[in-house]
Amino acid sequence: MSGELAHSLWVATLETLYMTSVAGVLVVLAGLPLGVLLVLTDRGGLWERPALNRVLGTLVNVGRSVPFIILMVAIVPLTRLLVGTTIGTTAAIVPLVVAAIPFMGRVVEQALREVDGGLVEAAIAMGSTHRRVITRVLLPEALPSLIRGTALVVISLLSYSAMAGAVGGGGLGDLAVKYGYMRFRTDVMLGCLVVLLALVQWVQWLGDGLASRFDHSRAQSARPLD
Amino acid sequence: MIELRGVGKVYAQGGREVVALQDVSLRVEPGEVFGVLGQSGAGKSTLIRCVNLLERPTSGRVRVNGKELLSMRPEELRLARQGIGMIFQHFNLFSSQTVAGNVAYPLEVAGLSKAEIRERVAELLALVGLSDKADAHPSQLSGGQKQRVGIARALAPRPRLLLSDEATSSLDPETTRAVLSLLRDINQRLGLTILLITHQMEVVKAICDSVAVLEQGRLVEQGKVVDLLARPGTRLHELCYPPFVTGESAVLRGGQRVELSLSGEHSTRPILSTLARRFDVDAHLLEGSLERVGETRVGRLLFELTGAPDAVSQALAFLRQEGLTREEAAHVG
Repeated sequence: MSGELAHSLWVATLETLYMTSVAGVLVVLAGLPLGVLLVLTDRGGLWERPALNRVLGTLVNVGRSVPFIILMVAIVPLTRLLVGTTIGTTAAIVPLVVAAIPFMGRVVEQALREVDGGLVEAAIAMGSTHRRVITRVLLPEALPSLIRGTALVVISLLSYSAMAGAVGGGGLGDLAVKYGYMRFRTDVMLGCLVVLLALVQWVQWLGDGLASRFDHSRAQSARPLD
Repeated sequence: MIELRGVGKVYAQGGREVVALQDVSLRVEPGEVFGVLGQSGAGKSTLIRCVNLLERPTSGRVRVNGKELLSMRPEELRLARQGIGMIFQHFNLFSSQTVAGNVAYPLEVAGLSKAEIRERVAELLALVGLSDKADAHPSQLSGGQKQRVGIARALAPRPRLLLSDEATSSLDPETTRAVLSLLRDINQRLGLTILLITHQMEVVKAICDSVAVLEQGRLVEQGKVVDLLARPGTRLHELCYPPFVTGESAVLRGGQRVELSLSGEHSTRPILSTLARRFDVDAHLLEGSLERVGETRVGRLLFELTGAPDAVSQALAFLRQEGLTREEAAHVG
């Protein structure tokens, strides 16, 4: 691989990191309240609103069932409205976020549902406000699951970002298609795959490590993050 | 302290109505340990959850500390709940927080300052004997230690009432005794009123002053533990003393089988030697038990009287007159 292509690989990696991390932060910020709301409004929840719960649930299912490649094209007007353009790394962040929020919402919902209902009951019995039950009991108790779930979402974002790149977003996916596929540069293709694989491994490792660092539910769990 | 009047709870389950509680009325006096005894499925859990409105009764009234809870606004109810401690069968400790953090939680809810919280947490952990575990996580503790943390957490905001939801049911017998004596100690030293639900007769005998028996969502009996246990014919007596296993075949000597119920002063009288001296009969012990309940002793004895027929019937007449035999006492009950 020539120096120029190595440089391209480096730039593409940075673009992928940029897309994934910005999207990741936005997805967590939006997915967390969505997941909390899904749990709260459900039947038997702290803030029972069956109608709202059904609407949210349906939206999430719709969002999750649209293939990413279609979603990307479908929300072009929204992307233009928000970013001013529909091509480029920053523009790719919009569909990434829109596609991953429902996923994150379900991940958060799942994590919160794993929290023992007895803990919520105890907190209510002690006179907690709902806000306190959420911030001091539900979220801290679900933290290990939330971290593992977030790692899962970020890994999905990495793969989505490769797809977004292929249609003009830049990043490793773009490079792999333009050079590796269209110009038959197997070395570039391999380079892109190796970097993506390394990123996925790293995110998984980080997620697992952090999750067990915060998991005090089992006796010998406080393993240091090494 | 607690007054439930005509409390009922009906659940809708798959389109059908399930009655969990029906017309339950009870009074818990300040400073007493009140037990609700019942088998699983009797509605005990629902009953205790109706006292702090973790479950809202579908009918009736709930008064705690002289205040009607059902008509309270959410904010008032939250404040009222801060004055009612609760401990649970599965402890319900927050696994993400340390022991100290768990005990501090209700104090944060009550809005105490950091310094006040630190002081009170140390005080409580000393009370339950876990000062050295302040920084441990609940998963590192034994069951008995977890329940002690649960107790410390429940007592933190200085409640006047403690609700205990099968607090010893998942503990081994020895730990159960230790936790019960801690509860008794707290009840006496702090004047704390305790309402507990249990399916264990041992718990009732060990620490309860009063008891109510719950069966299929209804209270079938209510009163002082000592009184009910001393009176054959009550439900509590029946549950505590099921019929002797020893059948008729145990009467080997052709004598008269006699069952005595003992309580209070009777329990300390030399009944058997009195019979032997006064009526010239022999008493052969078959089965029996005598145990402490609160300040007194309660028990029963099964034995066989042998001797001249006249002597035996005179002895029986004496026992009846003294109100000791099961048949006679049953009329009193």
